[in-house]
Amino acid sequence: MNFGIHPLLLVTFFPLVGVLVILFFKTQQKIAIRWTALATSLVTFGISLWMLAQFQPGTAGMQLELRVPWLRLDGLAIDFYLGVDGLSILMVLLTALLTPIAILSTWSAVEDRVKGFMIFFLLLEVGMTGVFLALDLVLFYVFWEFTLIPMYFLIGIWGGERRIYAAVKFFLFTMAGSLLMLLAILVIGFQTGTFAWSDLLEKRELFAAAQTWLFLAFGLAFAIKVPMFPLHTWLPDAHVEAPTAGSVILAGVLLKMGAYGFLRFNLPLFPEATVKFAPYMAILAIIGIIYGAAVSYAQKDMKKLVAYSSVSHLGFVVLGTFALTAQSVSGSVLQMVNHGLSTGALFLIVGMLYERRHTREMSAFGGVWKVVPVMGALMLVVTLSSMGLPGLNGFVGEFTILLGSFGSQALGSPWFAGVATLGVILAAVYLLVMFEKVFLGPVKVEANLTLKDLNVREIVTLVPLLILIFWIGLYPQPFFNLINPSVENLVSMVSSALLAAH
Amino acid sequence: MTQADFYSILPILTILLWALVLLVADLWIPKERKSMTALLAAVGLAVGVGLSLSQVGQTALTFKGMLMLDNFAVFLNIIFLVSGILAIALSYDYLKRMGIERGEYYVLLMFSIAGMMLLSQAYNLIVVFLAIEFLSIPLYILAGFARPRLESEEAALKYFLLGTFSSGFLLYGIALIFGATRSTGLEGIMASLSGGETNMVLFVAGAALMLVGFGFKVAVAPFHEWAPDVYQGSPTPASAFMAVSVKAAGFAVLLRIFLTAFPTLAQQLMPVAWGVAALTMLVGNVLAINQTNLKRLLAYSSIAHAGYLMMAFVSASNPAQTGQAVSAMLYYLVAYGLTTFGAWAVVVSLEQAEGKGLELEDYAGVGQKYPWLGAAMLVFMLSLSGIPLTIGFWGKFFLFRTTVEAGFTSLALVGLFTSLVSVFYYLRVVVYMFMRPGEPRVRRDGWLSLVAVGAAVAVVLLSVLPSRLLDIAAQAVLRLQ
Repeated sequence: MNFGIHPLLLVTFFPLVGVLVILFFKTQQKIAIRWTALATSLVTFGISLWMLAQFQPGTAGMQLELRVPWLRLDGLAIDFYLGVDGLSILMVLLTALLTPIAILSTWSAVEDRVKGFMIFFLLLEVGMTGVFLALDLVLFYVFWEFTLIPMYFLIGIWGGERRIYAAVKFFLFTMAGSLLMLLAILVIGFQTGTFAWSDLLEKRELFAAAQTWLFLAFGLAFAIKVPMFPLHTWLPDAHVEAPTAGSVILAGVLLKMGAYGFLRFNLPLFPEATVKFAPYMAILAIIGIIYGAAVSYAQKDMKKLVAYSSVSHLGFVVLGTFALTAQSVSGSVLQMVNHGLSTGALFLIVGMLYERRHTREMSAFGGVWKVVPVMGALMLVVTLSSMGLPGLNGFVGEFTILLGSFGSQALGSPWFAGVATLGVILAAVYLLVMFEKVFLGPVKVEANLTLKDLNVREIVTLVPLLILIFWIGLYPQPFFNLINPSVENLVSMVSSALLAAH
Repeated sequence: MTQADFYSILPILTILLWALVLLVADLWIPKERKSMTALLAAVGLAVGVGLSLSQVGQTALTFKGMLMLDNFAVFLNIIFLVSGILAIALSYDYLKRMGIERGEYYVLLMFSIAGMMLLSQAYNLIVVFLAIEFLSIPLYILAGFARPRLESEEAALKYFLLGTFSSGFLLYGIALIFGATRSTGLEGIMASLSGGETNMVLFVAGAALMLVGFGFKVAVAPFHEWAPDVYQGSPTPASAFMAVSVKAAGFAVLLRIFLTAFPTLAQQLMPVAWGVAALTMLVGNVLAINQTNLKRLLAYSSIAHAGYLMMAFVSASNPAQTGQAVSAMLYYLVAYGLTTFGAWAVVVSLEQAEGKGLELEDYAGVGQKYPWLGAAMLVFMLSLSGIPLTIGFWGKFFLFRTTVEAGFTSLALVGLFTSLVSVFYYLRVVVYMFMRPGEPRVRRDGWLSLVAVGAAVAVVLLSVLPSRLLDIAAQAVLRLQ
């Protein structure tokens, strides 16, 4: 395979071309910088579609693998190893889709230091794509940590009032988790002599004895990122302070890195420990679902509400992951995409309201549908999608997860799914309350009478998300076709451990 | 003196003679053209690098077993020489600007480097002692070079008093070991140990005293107290030089003596070294949190890094891991040295007369007004905290790897948690530079920018291709046993 045009290499590193070009612009050339960034991210999206075209949906294993030695030293073999399968392909596509959308959303929102913003944004895309494609533990760690730096700056420079606090908290929380993961990676490397994912699967016996600790070390890093209750406290701060585009990427992609990490590493590498911890992880997930929903309901600030709703929604993803049935895991993967789409769209609309009124307090709005009907209609669709109305994407994901978890042998009780179902109802409550407070009823605040409806650019940022919301809601089969073979393979790996345990 | 003897010290001799000639020649160099002296000193050091490179791959025990030439020594000599060149690049404009430009500065720097090179080749405890004095005395003077500034004089006095105090420990330790083994040469000591005719009580006491002496030199806790004051008071380029090369020299001799001559002792002293390493990492990183003066912050950071280096020393006590631990330490030294010099270069470019421009507030707005300088400092801070895509990450990676493999997972855990602490204060610098508005005053100087940006580029590039340097570090180790 030709090294220069390998699709995975290209999809990961193409944004760097944009970074290089932007470096040559002057700080004042904001428009040129924005267009360059947008064009770069659109081309990257095109490349990701090209990658999709080369992907064989029916196969379970890794595809389009690229593996070159990176570092060789006595007893140490670190590879530059990329590959894609059903677990990661949708994540890469989601990243490539959300980045241009987020960039487009900053057109009028970010006026200050545009050059730096776009550079960090494109660097962030490199890091995120790398996380989803890396199959060498050290390479994965490098990408994983690397995503911290641009996001830290996006929050810290372009964020709200308490941005520095939020940025540092974000950095330290994530770092705390990943340092233990680094230690676990070193231990695995020491015991097997390799860091490559596929080799580790074969040599699993070598570190099987230590897998409880390894599971916990990896799990902590991922649980902080997801975030799972009680490690979620960095998330509301980061979300509220981050600029809109940052929130979109944070909710849409960065949180998925944690959930993806569970699927990619914890489940296949430590199956016995996974089975052992599955009920506990599920309990934490359910606490997260209910707690996130309850706290969301109590919020007055729309962005905070959406941020806490992420804690609740990601709880479903974790529940599905640790229910360990093919159905529930597939649902989790799809729900990761769904959450990216609907929460991304929610953050975008909240950001648009904020740009117009410079407040996110729900009490400052009310009845604005009459003034901004297009925004109101789109918001309604997005809200319904987020709360899981049948016919829209959220329903497909959550329903599959709940159905899969209901009969889960690993959890051993239908109560998990039963309690989680409450979360769906609660989501309807807090989301509809928000919608009602902001869009319905009479216009209470005079300033809202002159609100401008969405312009063409804003509609363009939302339309791709809405198309996918309907597509997945009405005809999810093509997506499941991509996911299922790899998920079935993954579940079969874990289920042997499950059989041994029961 | 045989030809082999002569050849083994050729780089040291060259540097020494060059410095002596320069000391005299400087008298005829007019006051406004002291850049000549700087340039000549740098050329001398560059010649030294060339000569050292020609010694790569040779192993020779010379001067009747007093000196050892091996790749380990050559590797370190090159570190010393290069950091000397970098220190000159930082000093040239700084001295002029602060009004303390005198030719002796460069000569003293060269003397100190010659001492360090002698130390890295020393194979006899007497030579070790002489070399340590030889490298330290010029540094005492350099620390006070900014006289009559009070802080500088204070730094010099503190450094001198504590330095001589630690030399006392060292000398007493050497005397006890001589008493125990009837030899000061490492070969003689080894022979005595394997012959079983050593008085072990005296021997252990001597070794422990030597460890204390070296502990002072490399500033590990609890012998670290002098470092922040000295680094703060000394002329900044001199602090940078001390932070890198003295540390390298100290660890070099620590490894050489304890792993070559006292291998059995290494295991007995291991718990002590373990405690020192853990304490140093804790103390350095925790005390750095509250620092608002950049020079003090970097001083505490250098203490913390001495703790990480100590971790490699602990791992080296496991015989199966010795080679790997030493190469990890050498790699870490290079990573640390490169990054530290870069960071100090940024500090030098912001420093104003009378010790102004060193507070964190003075860094506000640097990232916005001087994006390249800010980006360089960002790279250094990330590298010092060990975040990927910097050479500092690989330094920590190899260090923690060897620590885990040598069976000291709990020490690695301490290291990991303290590096989490370190992230906090390194990020604080970044916060000030990029997230606070301000009007920073930056000195534009070609050499400074070259060091800062060059080091930043090297830190990133070497992280993408880390293996070549590690190969070299690995080869530097083979002749140690």
